[in-house]
Amino acid sequence: MADESLVRLRGVAKDYKRGAETVHVLHALDLDIPRGDFLALMGPSGSGKSTLLNLIGGIDRPTAGSIEIAGTRTDSMTDGDLGKWRAHHVGFVFQMYNLLPVLTAERNVELPLLLTKLPAAERRKRANAALGLVGLSERAHHKPRELSGGQEQRVGIARAIVSDPTLLLCDEPTGDLDRKSGDEILDLLQALNQQQGKTIIMVTHDPHAAARAKHVLHLNKGQLSRDAAA
Amino acid sequence: MSNSWDQITAITSMNVRNMSQRAASSIVALIGIAGVVTVLIGVLSIAEGFKAVLDISGSDQVAIVLRNGATDEMGSGLQQEQTRLIADAKQAARDEQGPIVSPELYVVVDVPLKSTGTAANVPLRGVGPQAVKLRSNFKIVEGVNFTPGKFEVVVGKGASMQFSGLTVGSQLRLGTTNWTVTGIFEDRGSVAESEIWTDATVLQGAYNRGTSYQSMRVKLTSPSAMQAFKDELSTNPRLNVRVFSEKQYYAEQSKILVTLVSTIGSAIAILMGLGAIFAALNTMYSAVSSRTREIATLRALGFGPAPVITSVLAEALLIGLVGGVVGMIVSYVAFNGVRASTMNFATFSQLTFAFTVTPQLLVQGLVYALILGFIGGLLPSLRAAKLPITTGLREL
Repeated sequence: MADESLVRLRGVAKDYKRGAETVHVLHALDLDIPRGDFLALMGPSGSGKSTLLNLIGGIDRPTAGSIEIAGTRTDSMTDGDLGKWRAHHVGFVFQMYNLLPVLTAERNVELPLLLTKLPAAERRKRANAALGLVGLSERAHHKPRELSGGQEQRVGIARAIVSDPTLLLCDEPTGDLDRKSGDEILDLLQALNQQQGKTIIMVTHDPHAAARAKHVLHLNKGQLSRDAAA
Repeated sequence: MSNSWDQITAITSMNVRNMSQRAASSIVALIGIAGVVTVLIGVLSIAEGFKAVLDISGSDQVAIVLRNGATDEMGSGLQQEQTRLIADAKQAARDEQGPIVSPELYVVVDVPLKSTGTAANVPLRGVGPQAVKLRSNFKIVEGVNFTPGKFEVVVGKGASMQFSGLTVGSQLRLGTTNWTVTGIFEDRGSVAESEIWTDATVLQGAYNRGTSYQSMRVKLTSPSAMQAFKDELSTNPRLNVRVFSEKQYYAEQSKILVTLVSTIGSAIAILMGLGAIFAALNTMYSAVSSRTREIATLRALGFGPAPVITSVLAEALLIGLVGGVVGMIVSYVAFNGVRASTMNFATFSQLTFAFTVTPQLLVQGLVYALILGFIGGLLPSLRAAKLPITTGLREL
């Protein structure tokens, strides 16, 4: 099982300094996530869920231990290399969508492709294909403030998948949405996992959302425990 | 591996389009920079105007002869006999009336300034009959020239604009004598326009100068004759004089004031610039702060520090550019051509000049504005690029 892991964490710890005090957020975690998994990370506030997601996504660095994604050690990369690696391998979906307000949906989705060598026409084509996949083709030229919360999050998902990343990391993707919109987002994530084979790691407080995942991991005080398959 | 130019232009244009959300603080910084540029150009245009007057005043075909050891006309003195010897020099240009020379007398008189009513020093120059031939741009623009032998004066246009009672027909009490203003003259804005002219022999009598003069102007056969003229006078045992080309003489005179005004102007601009930098820093820090989550999102997606730094700097430079252009326009409209007078330290008398906003000054002002914008944007841009992504993403 370990050899087929897409994500492989060994002895990963994360400490923060808060004044003179050191806060131990994660304690020597070992974790293997297979390719094609849809994993929900649950736990109370401050348990380290988002920290773990950030470490896997390469936007934070562990205090100790190793992180290997698709056979590549990311914990020892330089900041520059890590940025390039993220652009190719990770799609982020944020709770507050984090769309850029002055850009249209299409331009928001196109952003990660600016980090590739694709010509402008091809970038637009792919951005529109991703918007089509989340069912928002007709909203391509709308700005975020002209969209509903659910639509904004769909744009966020289109942006996350447009560069066909290895991993989709979702931090409370339904946390700011009503139940109906939240369900639509979960339907979409589930479809991306089942039909496109995307590996998804989703941080959530909501057991209803976690129930859509294939596996659920609980984090409590920096330690992991695994649920039965959902 | 990445299309850096597309990244930079996309992020920068996005940032610039966002500026309307920060209009108030951007305008404060812009006004600050525009003010600094206006003052910088304004002050330096005084130096330019002063320099321009002295530049156009000097011809390299006209020599000024002073007593040896004198650096200006005030400290000089020549006897009539000496002026005849000087006029006999082979290099002096001649016409049907003989050598083109003007032995001159120079006294400083008090005349009230129009602007403040306080008395200021004005040069009263006694000139020889050929004086006009030594100033090729001299022309009477109002009234008539003074009559030799009479207590009459003509007034330079600059002096008549700056001082009270210097209009055609008015009477002027100078020393113990009443003088009549018979005309106003122009000389293409040269130093002469700040002076009052009369007949040298009349002035000698009025001021008890006997037959002495203070300087002698000599038109030479050509500019290249200057050195030979100097050599001839210096080897004449009956003369103990010093020769300047008129151009060199005025260049020396302008040095003190131009250096003083430029130094003071630059110091004021630097001090004001510090204030403007703080305004720009404040604007850019708040711009970065309002975009913290946006910048962190871009960094999370894989954008490097370069596009982030460039986008913040571009915004600051844009504020600098617009501020600079506003400053250029305001300073040109407000100052260019405005006439004023100031003390010429070389002669201790007033010199009238026009503020001169040259293209070089405008460029200098714009470059300064861009430097202010760049400094104002640099630290905030570095901060934006260094902010940890996870911290930025938590910002609302």
